Amino acid sequence: MSKHYTKEHEWISIAGDIATIGITNHAQEQLGDVVFVELPAIGKAVTKGGDAAVVESVKAASEVYAPVSGEVVEVNKDLEGDPALVNREAEGAAWFMKVKLKDKAELADLMDKAAYDKFVAAQ
Amino acid sequence: MATAPETLLRTPLYDLHVKLGARIVPFAGFEMPVQYPTGILTEHNWTRSSAGLFDVSHMGQALLVGPDHATTARAIEKLVPGDVAGLAPGRIRYTQITNPEGGIIDDLMITRPAAPGDDGKLGIVVNASRKHVDYAWLSGHLPKGVTLEPIEDRALVALQGPKAAQVLARYCTKVADMAFMSAAQAEFDGVACAVARSGYTGEDGYEISVAADKVEAMVETLLADPEVKPIGLGARDSLRLEAGLCLYGHDIDEETSPVEADLVWSIGKKRRSEGGFTGAERITREIAEGPKRKRVGIRPEGRAPARENTVVINEEGRAIGLVTSGGFGPTVNGPVAMGYVETAYAAPGTKINLVVRDKPMPAQVVALPFTPHNYKR
Repeated sequence: MSKHYTKEHEWISIAGDIATIGITNHAQEQLGDVVFVELPAIGKAVTKGGDAAVVESVKAASEVYAPVSGEVVEVNKDLEGDPALVNREAEGAAWFMKVKLKDKAELADLMDKAAYDKFVAAQ
Repeated sequence: MATAPETLLRTPLYDLHVKLGARIVPFAGFEMPVQYPTGILTEHNWTRSSAGLFDVSHMGQALLVGPDHATTARAIEKLVPGDVAGLAPGRIRYTQITNPEGGIIDDLMITRPAAPGDDGKLGIVVNASRKHVDYAWLSGHLPKGVTLEPIEDRALVALQGPKAAQVLARYCTKVADMAFMSAAQAEFDGVACAVARSGYTGEDGYEISVAADKVEAMVETLLADPEVKPIGLGARDSLRLEAGLCLYGHDIDEETSPVEADLVWSIGKKRRSEGGFTGAERITREIAEGPKRKRVGIRPEGRAPARENTVVINEEGRAIGLVTSGGFGPTVNGPVAMGYVETAYAAPGTKINLVVRDKPMPAQVVALPFTPHNYKR
């Protein structure tokens, strides 16, 4: 299992050809209190860089873009009733969706943890 | 040609905000705290249940100075539809500065000082974002003998919430018995200040004007009380939205009239019939005939918030209005919004749809406020 990060502050955990996607702890800190998460329909085909989900804090709505292309096979229903889970466990229990990867080569563009931490520190 | 970066101003409490761990954002030309480490939800709920302290020193404080109350009131009444002449000493009025087309240049509080020695003076507090526009407009339209005197050496803080009165009474005598929308000169631990029982949260509370070099000590004293926590602009916005209060530049602007904005309650009865203020033609006509559109409360049925500029459509899909403020109401525990709809759709209970991310989302027009006002009676 490998974990990757994007400049849009998402994390992607890979197990076989399934990518579990969420937003990073840094992202939830920046957003503040999360009050609503809109998740894609199961079966939806997402394209790298395209819309995948929406996360709303008290202040604003933010798009979550798909970090990889593929088909949504599962979404985290817990976030509908408890959006604040994103603030508590952004990089664990508050995963957003699982996507069946279309092209593993897309993972090559993503950052590892060390690179992501450096990216965040530089911002 | 590149424009020079805007130089942001700081209030006298800036260093304290930073020390308290605030997240600072640019707002109306100032570097202001949007939230402290506990976050907007906690700050919002704290204000509704205890007492929240807000730095509102960015707002414009000024005096209108004339020879006597009748003269000063007559001068400002040409520029606002509120009843100022009838304001008793020590009372505050909410009104709007209107333009010739009946739109709103700004909304403001006007205070008639209680002290007989201040006869002829009126205190005003205007929005930070409109301060310069307001001052230029007022200076250009006041008659000879009545002058605008901006106050630049005073800070302004608001203490809001059900415990505000018991907290402030520890340091200021007299304040517990003050009526809502009244003002008094007081001393806070021996420091002269002007206290108004008013606010922008829907809760009981005060706004306290004090010398800029004395405000930090006052705020430190208040924050040492267990009932008081600092509150940023984020919660200020969610609190006022739930309270159904307008934010200038969003819910009201130079196009919207006080009638469309459902602020007719703030227009004096005599003034409605007599007119004599800028923009009276449109405003009195709209009072008589009804406005084309009206500001309403909007409650989305689902959990998704509808933000500013969300299009409102009717059940047939035709655009009938626009959301002007919208977000999540922590006390309501759900999304809340306000906006303008065609008058035919303005009755509470009317079913509407909000276009959120290209999808119609069912919602209902509701009466404002979303949370009952908790003002001192």
